[in-house]
Amino acid sequence: MTSLAKLLEAALFAAPRPLALDALATLDPDASPAAVSAAVDELREHYDVDGHGVELVEQGGGWQILTRAEYAEVIERAQVAVRPQRLSAAALETLAIIAYRQPIGRAEIEEIRGVAVGSVLKSLHERGLIDIVGRSEGIGRPLLYGTTGQFLEQFALRHLEELPRADELAIALRGAGSAVLAE
Amino acid sequence: MIASPFRTADADGATFVVELSQFTGPLDLLLSLIRDEQVDIYDIPIARIAEQFLARIGSLALDEAADYLEMAARLLRIKAQMLLPRADGEESWEDPRAELVRRLLEYQQMREVVDLLEHLGEERRHQFNRRWVPQAADIVPISAPLALTLTDLLAAVDRVLRTTKEPMTHDVLPRALDVAGAMTTIRVLLTRRRNARWSDLIGQDAEPWQVLSVLLALLEMAKLGELRIAQSRPFGSVEICRDVVSEAA
Repeated sequence: MTSLAKLLEAALFAAPRPLALDALATLDPDASPAAVSAAVDELREHYDVDGHGVELVEQGGGWQILTRAEYAEVIERAQVAVRPQRLSAAALETLAIIAYRQPIGRAEIEEIRGVAVGSVLKSLHERGLIDIVGRSEGIGRPLLYGTTGQFLEQFALRHLEELPRADELAIALRGAGSAVLAE
Repeated sequence: MIASPFRTADADGATFVVELSQFTGPLDLLLSLIRDEQVDIYDIPIARIAEQFLARIGSLALDEAADYLEMAARLLRIKAQMLLPRADGEESWEDPRAELVRRLLEYQQMREVVDLLEHLGEERRHQFNRRWVPQAADIVPISAPLALTLTDLLAAVDRVLRTTKEPMTHDVLPRALDVAGAMTTIRVLLTRRRNARWSDLIGQDAEPWQVLSVLLALLEMAKLGELRIAQSRPFGSVEICRDVVSEAA
């Protein structure tokens, strides 16, 4: 490996969160963005080709060293690390709405889901998946929620744009008898 | 500032939570009915669906949950509106189901995202980063290693020691008992008189070590048979006399 790739490896190992390319570039002022990018590729290939237990993954707005999925069971059984709890269906629904409609207020979420979401918002916030991103100009200036970097990280997304666009969804429903929808 | 709005959300814990039900809400239940009945979402037979909706929330004991009741009321209202007579070909007629359809479609779209997120999240769950920490609301700042020299540390220890109270120390002086000396004194006394009392052997202002020496000397001499110790009555004064028997022997 090149010395730059080794330096990046050390930094990625030490970092608690994914590191973006520009953050990696600050490690070596002499390295060009292209060189940093090439070094990241080199490190990723090094892990892939030489057969390592970890891999370099781009997600959550940066690069991160992760253990390979095939070892998850064994690692958890030995109580070395614990997999995060799965989200409930209610939490996932709320999160999906926030991801697509952010910034969004509680009333709008409840309108879409048809149920009260107060406690779900609280638990999503506690898990660091959503945060308050502002206040609406509407009556009472309700709080507006948005997703966090932790959300991207926990769903292995590079950025929000990686989610399919709203008009790409519900393919089966689109175009079918939209007369009643005409407003 | 950020935590406070969520604290008020605790009050919502009092509302009916249907987390354990197989449905996440009335729209979820409604969609499942529409799927089960295989009806066109754009042309919902509202009377039939409303009836089934009521039956289902009754059997699932959800009919006390406000969210489900509200939807039931909505369905019945749409059903009533559908029954109102209308002129054929009336342009301005608006399908009372339109709003419900819009919400159902929106909800269904969101459920697609849920499926996607569930899939992505499940894959990601199997990969650990270097140290996975359960996500807490408050991120505790990483504690940096101590920046401290040995001199700083010693100076701190010195400061602590200076401020603490002067320790109390006792000097324990070894003071040997003079048993042999006391025995000599007693012998001398008993050669001059036959009997003696404890108070004759011990002066008024005898120190503890002297008292102890005399006591041990008496016991020792009694053991050796040089004298006898007698007490005529309980707590009476102790008489010490030469042992005539041993003397004779």
